[in-house]
Amino acid sequence: MAINFKQKPGIVVYLTAGDPDIETTYDIALAALDNGAEVLELGVPFSDPLADGPVIQRASERAVARGVRLLDVLELAKKIRAARPEAGIVIFSYLNPVVRVGMAEFCKLAKEHGADGVLLTDMIVEEAEEYLREMKKNDLAPVFLAAPTSPDERLKAIAEHSRGFVYAISRVGITGTQQNLESDAERLVSGIKQFTKLPVAVGFGVSNAEHVAAVGKFADAAIIGSAIVKLIEDTPREQAAEAVGKFVKGLRGQGGGSR
Amino acid sequence: MGNPIDQTIAGVNTKEVQRSIGSGRFGAYGGRYVPETLMAALQELEHAYAVAREDGAFQSELDDLLRHYVGRPTPMYFAKRLSEQLGGAKIYLKREDLLHTGAHKINNALGQGLLAKRMGKQRIIAETGAGQHGVATATVCALLGMDCVIYMGEEDMRRQELNVYRMRLLGAEVRGVGAGSATLKDAINEAMRDWVTNVRTTFYILGSALGSHPYPTMVRDFHRVISREAKKQFMEQEGKLPDAVIACVGGGSNAIGAFYEFIPETNVRLIGVEAGGRGTALGEHAARFHGGLPGVLQGTFSYVLQNDAGQVATTHSVSAGLDYASVGPEHAMLHDQKRAEYTYATDDEALNAVKVLSRTEGILPALESAHAVAEAMKVAPTMSTSQAIMVNLSGRGDKDMGILAREMNLEGAKASS
Ligand SMILES: Cc1ncc(COP(=O)(O)O)c(C=O)c1O
Repeated sequence: MAINFKQKPGIVVYLTAGDPDIETTYDIALAALDNGAEVLELGVPFSDPLADGPVIQRASERAVARGVRLLDVLELAKKIRAARPEAGIVIFSYLNPVVRVGMAEFCKLAKEHGADGVLLTDMIVEEAEEYLREMKKNDLAPVFLAAPTSPDERLKAIAEHSRGFVYAISRVGITGTQQNLESDAERLVSGIKQFTKLPVAVGFGVSNAEHVAAVGKFADAAIIGSAIVKLIEDTPREQAAEAVGKFVKGLRGQGGGSR
Repeated sequence: MGNPIDQTIAGVNTKEVQRSIGSGRFGAYGGRYVPETLMAALQELEHAYAVAREDGAFQSELDDLLRHYVGRPTPMYFAKRLSEQLGGAKIYLKREDLLHTGAHKINNALGQGLLAKRMGKQRIIAETGAGQHGVATATVCALLGMDCVIYMGEEDMRRQELNVYRMRLLGAEVRGVGAGSATLKDAINEAMRDWVTNVRTTFYILGSALGSHPYPTMVRDFHRVISREAKKQFMEQEGKLPDAVIACVGGGSNAIGAFYEFIPETNVRLIGVEAGGRGTALGEHAARFHGGLPGVLQGTFSYVLQNDAGQVATTHSVSAGLDYASVGPEHAMLHDQKRAEYTYATDDEALNAVKVLSRTEGILPALESAHAVAEAMKVAPTMSTSQAIMVNLSGRGDKDMGILAREMNLEGAKASS
């Protein structure tokens, strides 16, 4: 397993795979890893991303329009794995593309393509019997979301069924950038930590060095998604990898992570 | 899809709640596939609904309003001229179109509105396709003094403009949704994003028998009154049950309400009519049982029109209320069990049915309901005059006058015949 946070806090980068195209996502992924990201979440574009804000919706729509499929994202994972054996790679998807492939087949393929873990946005622990069985069979880490609205009973189940890390959603709402990290996040992380020794990563709205530093005070890793997807949207494709590399590097530095 | 692994983690009273309203599984279908943020709200709703359902005070408040405000029971009308013209089975119309606001949708909107009030939620959101659920929700919010935001695809706002004005007049804020094909599915995505963001203060009045548990069960329960009345009325008027019950199927709420009490009566054929649109290619219709595959969309496992990569397809129907890529999970089960049959009517057949029913009976049906009428026009002539069909006339067609005027050339002096 390569999901392992050596730095404090660790940095997880979410990318909508195939935006602007798969080759560029590959270059961006390596740039992120080479500049301090330890785990990548490769987002499978979906036609109906109902947990996502406008930035990831647009990226997803562009990638779907290009015909990017779950299997293309797995191929991408394989290439990244070959180039960066140490990287943590999580396949991040809505459920339906996975259902289309079949849960057992998907888990097998994810393993074969070098993924370490999977996060399914609309999969909750109660519905996860088959998913957990197939993940276990393939020695993959299921990462579940924990929300500020989750009561302790749910946090306990989420913690018990997660492997790799637990994804703590910083605030109620959809993905997207925000100005301030809400106090929800710290309370949630300590709630999760009652039940597990797994690392806890905080995402949704974490968009700059200041946020990363704030998250580092109470959690093990920070997940940066929309801010990077937006940067990619705003940058010509030939310059996207370099821009993301610089941005990720800045996330740890003083006043970095700004554009 | 696997079965729930551990139903006790939900916390309070889970087992008791399940005994009362079920697990939300309809065979393999249904379930709860949502972002974790919504789970606490769904469990709170499940619990509140299970308690309300058993509470006589809640039921009598609902019954009283259904009777005096909404206009229940609705008539079971024998469409004599239409039946004679078709020359087969007798056709009865269950007149949900006569309800306050003009469609069956108010049965459910009122039930959920009262539940929201009971739960102390002051902010209501809803999605709408044809605008009938939006109008019903805006109406209930006015009646109960609650704040109301309605999400509606921009394409639907254009084609059901009258209902947009009605919602605004009733005090609701209508938010247009431009994503995707700017129809019902896109409106639900946006309503769910709102709910995820404002979940602590907001009640989502979902408008069809769709979405995550407990919605499909709860919405069905609120529409069950249709078949409960119908059964009794048929016995009184015909001395027997109908040979067939026909209803249009968008998300499936009017159909499940019309079917439900007849499900154990295996001599009664149950026929759901989907939107055949303008062709059988993916994207040209909304007939989920004729080209859809099992999948997960918007919180539930059911039939979904999609491509082989699992991307949800765009859909087309002349009727906004049927123009949706998935279908309620209970229908998916009834389909697989072969207890109900699912067929479709095309845009042209539905438009023709509007005209036929208007001119034989003086009843202008909604374009959605006209799909059911179109199917009745196909099957009645194949049956004997001693047999009887019930068509659930889910709504009236005033909202469709713009489309009808265009499609039927009603603008000139000589309306086509
Ligand atoms: C009159 C009418 N009938 C039917 C429908 C379809 O919905 P359902 O399948 O949930 O009854 C609608 C939806 O807008 C409607 O307005």
